[in-house]
Amino acid sequence: MAIQGNYMGMSLTIDDLDKENLTYFRHCADHAFHLQKCDDCSLLRYPPTTGCPWCASPNATWTAVEGKGEVHSYEEVHQAIQPAFKGHTPYIVLVVDLDTQKGQPSTDEALRVVGNLTTPDGVLASPELVRQVGIGTRVRMVFADVTDGLSLPQWTIDTGATQPVKPWRYPLE
Amino acid sequence: MPLPADTDVSIPKYLRDKYAIVGIGETTYTRGSGKTTRALGTWALRNAAADAGIKTSDIDGMLSYSNNDSTSATFMAGDIGARLNFYMDCIGGGSSTEALIGIAIGVMEAGLCNCVALFRAMNGFSQVRIGGTGARSAVPINGDMLHNRAYGWQSAGQMFSPSFMRYMYEYGTTPEQVAMVKVVHSEHASNNPKAYYKKRYTVDDVLSSRMICKPLHLLDCCVETDNATAIIITRADRARDMRHTPALIRGIVGRCNKPRMDMHYQTGPIERVAAYYAKDILWPNAGVGPEDIDATGAYDAFTFTSMLQLEDYGFCKKGEGGDYVSSGITRLGGRRPNNTSGGHLCEGYTHGMNMVIENVRQLRHDIDDSCPMGPDGKRQHTYDYREGGCRQVKDIEVTANLGWASPGTTSGMVMRRG
Repeated sequence: MAIQGNYMGMSLTIDDLDKENLTYFRHCADHAFHLQKCDDCSLLRYPPTTGCPWCASPNATWTAVEGKGEVHSYEEVHQAIQPAFKGHTPYIVLVVDLDTQKGQPSTDEALRVVGNLTTPDGVLASPELVRQVGIGTRVRMVFADVTDGLSLPQWTIDTGATQPVKPWRYPLE
Repeated sequence: MPLPADTDVSIPKYLRDKYAIVGIGETTYTRGSGKTTRALGTWALRNAAADAGIKTSDIDGMLSYSNNDSTSATFMAGDIGARLNFYMDCIGGGSSTEALIGIAIGVMEAGLCNCVALFRAMNGFSQVRIGGTGARSAVPINGDMLHNRAYGWQSAGQMFSPSFMRYMYEYGTTPEQVAMVKVVHSEHASNNPKAYYKKRYTVDDVLSSRMICKPLHLLDCCVETDNATAIIITRADRARDMRHTPALIRGIVGRCNKPRMDMHYQTGPIERVAAYYAKDILWPNAGVGPEDIDATGAYDAFTFTSMLQLEDYGFCKKGEGGDYVSSGITRLGGRRPNNTSGGHLCEGYTHGMNMVIENVRQLRHDIDDSCPMGPDGKRQHTYDYREGGCRQVKDIEVTANLGWASPGTTSGMVMRRG
């Protein structure tokens, strides 16, 4: 069945034919991050697809994956384009290397999961918090609930992890 | 899937220099054109035919690209009195120009038509804003778009910035070095009477302009304009009879990609752009290398995009892009000027076609600057590149255009003076 929800004023929908995204976000709604694991070559992939990017197999099994990782890159948005974010600048978009499968199947590859920086309860982080995060920051996944069957994975600072003394930030600050 | 090392992907040698760009046409680069894309497109097409010295009815093939923000060839053709033997409207923005020129060569080689006009018509400021603001920003978010737009990650600058940021982290490139791209292109634009922004900017101007999406300041981003551009391509043997020295097409790579176009960040290094793959097609196709190129048109949707493409097409070593764009090489008077029109950062935004037009004019040795007109109707170039002066590159023979759709997709083209 199709899903429609409202998140920060944005209308989010998933069509009933879109089995891959319906399944991905249903697991997120259960606060249990899952990715497709290829039945043939055993590699995980993100975001959801209809075939394996490495071996082209259409067969995969949804598999629980630990939502922990390190910021690989980021950007800090000062002029929002999406109207829903206009009252929330500056906000940050993180590209996070999951610990799971990092460096596989080749050195420069990783499951790089996108999200905003949020508080531990999934609310968009304040500008003060945004300034503390950079490349190298350890983060853990949390979920922002939208509606039944739909939550968005987000990232929060992993206070239980060893953090870099100073994560890398854009030079002119 | 990479091609096996022994695969010869080069254009058959008999196709090198067999086709040429013989006509170029533009509207004004403006904001608030007051015209439909149909009116803009036919204006540019008429200018291109006049420039070539042919009748618009001599055009029998037509190609265009847009993101549903233009008018189809089906309307343009009738408005210029052309009966087409072939046409196709493609989806796409940056990187389309060079790729579609490749298609034009292919269909003419296959005997489908004889003279192809390629156009891009857009109201990129007053109707569908290229920066992604306005009506485009608030469309409903469905399916795969949840993985980006729901995070406020949707405009071009926002989608590309993680690559730019990681590049600075990896190589220690400074914001001052990157800003030099804008500084240099603005110098070129100050010698281009038709550029939308003719003002010369300094590094401080760039770095003190407001932050849009860190690491992009306002002046790291291109201008949004309303305009149309058109070019006419035909066989080189026909080109000899036309008005101008032809720009012969040496070789092309079209919409070449990194793995995982759905989200290229999955395959690192994420600061590597598609040029890394495209260079191995473009240079063998053209039978030349970066060292042979006299001027480049490296797509400057952002300062960073020019720099990264110049680097991954091999004009400098990986990581040395910041040095390259701030060394003076890319300036008029330097070894290899880039975007002598001022490019997308200053002249106007037409998804790459105006950069091809600029290089065609350069190869004719007839750039439209403020140099005095001679008795033969051609400008007498002074090669004095001070503000308001000349922008003709002296004795230029070979150019390269490096188109960009995203870090994951590029097209490229080498042309030489006929």
